[in-house]
Formats: sequence, structure tokens, C-alpha cells
Amino acid sequence: MTDADGAGVGATPTSDARRSPTSISLPLAADTVRELRSGDSVLLSGPLVTGRDAAHARFAAAIEAGEDLPFDPAGETLYFVGPTPARPGHAIGAAGPTTASRMDAWSPLLVERGLRAMIGKGRRSDAVKVAMREHGCVYLGAIEGTAALLSQCVTSSEVIAYSDLGAEAVHRLEVRDFPALVVNDLHDGDLYVDGPARWRRASS
Amino acid sequence: MREIPVDEVADIVRRLCIEANHELRGDQVDALRRARSREESPIGKEVLDRLLANAEVSARERIAFCQDTGYAVCFLEIGQDVHFTGGSLAAALDRGVAEGYRDGYLRASLVRSPVDRTNTGDNTPAMVHYDLVPGADVRLTLLVKGAGCDNMSALRMLTPAAGVEGMKRFVVETIEAAGPSASPPVTVGIGMGGTFDRAAVLAKKALTREPTGSPSPDPRLAELEAELVDAIDATGIGPAGFGGTVTTLAVHVEAYPTHIAAFPVAINLDCHSHRVRTVTL
Repeated sequence: MTDADGAGVGATPTSDARRSPTSISLPLAADTVRELRSGDSVLLSGPLVTGRDAAHARFAAAIEAGEDLPFDPAGETLYFVGPTPARPGHAIGAAGPTTASRMDAWSPLLVERGLRAMIGKGRRSDAVKVAMREHGCVYLGAIEGTAALLSQCVTSSEVIAYSDLGAEAVHRLEVRDFPALVVNDLHDGDLYVDGPARWRRASS
Repeated sequence: MREIPVDEVADIVRRLCIEANHELRGDQVDALRRARSREESPIGKEVLDRLLANAEVSARERIAFCQDTGYAVCFLEIGQDVHFTGGSLAAALDRGVAEGYRDGYLRASLVRSPVDRTNTGDNTPAMVHYDLVPGADVRLTLLVKGAGCDNMSALRMLTPAAGVEGMKRFVVETIEAAGPSASPPVTVGIGMGGTFDRAAVLAKKALTREPTGSPSPDPRLAELEAELVDAIDATGIGPAGFGGTVTTLAVHVEAYPTHIAAFPVAINLDCHSHRVRTVTL
């Protein structure tokens, strides 16, 4: 169950060395992005932006109309999340990742403009993976269903665009030690393919 | 004739919405713990540890354990000797949902229609299924259903010739296609038989079986459930889809009479944040 997978074996998620999390500052440096390997465990600290379905539709419309986006994608980390309302005194409510594939139609537009990382859950399309490799963007998986834990990693939150969308509004978040796993790196690694392949067995 | 004020129903729904979203039910925590003890992959173990830690934090902090606080699906088994008083039952169910989602700091996740995607603002309407049964009790089950896993569900009208083997292949195919998007380890509700629509409702209702992972009282279905657990776990998808030995927490199969020409199968997936509450009034 270990190193039989060829490319990227150094990143095998069963390797303890790889599994101790690496602390990473946002915004992500291009060098750091290149070093990340599928299966790496990371703790992110710094600023990121949020957006999901409705916000992406507006990003695409803005690009088509030649208008400015509400944030500059270059070097940015984008988290696919629609949090629950914050209780008074809290920065944010429950804030786990949503399914990234629903953003596949739009993601290349942002990746081409320099987006450096996306955080979500679930597989990405081939078109997104090609764009990510070409433009130096990684896809990180946060663990869905840990929304209460993840909310504790968010130290501040403010709406920066589309406030009429409520939970789908674009927020600027500050996170500290936000845990994620590298799913798609710049070296063809894909944890959603390589991980299950290691553990697949014949049905008894 | 027993009279039940609809306001009482609204209060119960309000309470259940909050409880179901803030506190993972005991048998579901147990199912996660069993999964943790069966899991062999290091990442899978870590995912399950975090899910268990998340359940503790959400209950303590009174925060939803998943930000997708879902559709509020209500199953009502109404004794035919019951008379609801004080207004519309349907409106009371919606009122309970609206108040529960507001007071529990839960996300309003519903839009007016697939084409008018304006948020309804209070997570209504409730998705209600009514059954009339003998007696004077009312059994109310709330299932908080996330969309990520509902989106990966499937229904197929198999032929009798496809049989149980065809049904098992369809289940595994659905799980493989869902992969990480259904947030494994999943609870799988399967409705077999009836009509196109009946199979879908049975599948959703199958998810609400309590305790999670208890076998069907029908020995043939119980055997099928055990075989499906093995086949689903064999995919290697694992917790959160990162690879591992546990892909399902439970498979619940319900069957119903069907047509000589038919073998409808509906598969409704629920994520590891399986939120169900049942009360009897």
C-alpha cells in the first residue's frame, strides 16, 4: 500500500513525514505552490476570499462585460464556502467547503488571471486541472463536515462584494492554521485518484 | 378524535431543526466511532477524528456542524383519529422551520425555483411527506438533508431481468460517480419497488432508520445491506474521498410491491453529517 504508484511517490499520503502538516502563509508564493505535493497536509494562515455558485456566475458576467472583478485573482486563494450566520461575538458561523465541481465551468477564468489556490471538496474537471497546471494553481481539499472546527480558524470576516447574495456573498476572511490537504498539485498528482487507488480491493 | 394544536407542531419542528443541526445524534456518533475503528488509512483516520471533534465543538458552541444546513425534510405519520386545530398544518411546519433556522443561526439555503434563484430567506418551504395511519398518534421525523449528497443521488428503472445483481452494480456505480462529492463515509438509503415516485420517497425515508446501521427486519434485505456495505467499502474511496477502507456508515434498504414489469431502484445518499430527529406526539 505504499510506493507503487510511480510519479509523486514522495507525496504518498501514507508517509508520516509528508503527513505532518506544513504551516503556510497566504498569499501563497509561487515557489511554495510548486513545492506542494498531492497528499500534503497544510495549515494556512493569512487572507483569502470566498465565493460559490452565484458569485462565480457574477465573476464570469463581469469578465465578459470587461468590468473589474471585486478582487484581483492574481496570487489569491479562493475558498468555496457559504457559511451559516455568525452568532454575536463570532467572526463567522459554520464554514466548511462546498462541492467544487459546480464551479468548474468558471474556475479557468480565474485561474488564467493568476488565482493561486482553490479550496473546496470533490473532484475537478480535466479542463480545470489543465488550467491549474498551466497557470500554477493548486486545488486544496478541506474536510467537509468539519464546519464548526474550521470556523474556529477564521479570525475575521467581511463582505467585499455582492452583499445581496447573503451566504453566497464574497467575503474576505483571515484564517489561522486552517487545515487542508493538497488534492491537485502542479505535478499531475491527484489525491482523489491516487488515494482510493491505494485502498481499492475486490468485493468479497 | 384527538385534537392537536398546530402551534405545538411548529414548536417541535423549531426545536428539532436546531437540535439536529447542532448535535450529532448518539447513534450517529457511534457509527463514526465504529468507522474510526475499522479505518486503516492514516488520512482516513485523521478525517474521522476531525469529524468526531467537530461534533463535540458544534454541540458545545451551539453552532451547526455543517454549513449546509440543508432542506428540512419532514415525514409525518398522522393517526387518522387526529384533528389538527388552530390553523394550517403545512403553514405551521414552515413556521417551525423558519423560526428554527433563524434562532439556531442556520443557513437559509433554498431558492424560489430552479429558474428564479432568489433565496426564500428562511429555508422554507419544508419538504413534507404525509402518511395517514391508524390510531391517534403523530410521528414526526425531521431529516436535514444537505444538497452535496442529494445531488449525487440517482434513480433508475431497472428490469426484472437485471435483478438484484443489476441493482448492486447500480449502487456501486452511483457511489463511484459521487466519490468525494457526497462527503463519505455516506449513509445510503435505497428504495426498491413501487413506482418511479414511490421508490424515491422510500429511499429518502430509508435514511431515517434508527439506529443508523441497524439491519432491516427482513433477513433477505439485511443480507443485501451487508453485501452492499462490503461492495461500497471495496471502492477504496474512503473518508472524505481521500482513500481508505470505510466509505459507508450504513446501508438501509426498503422494499415495496411493484409491477410484474418493473424493478425501480432509487439511491439517496447522505453525507457523514447525518441529521435526523424523530418524535411522537
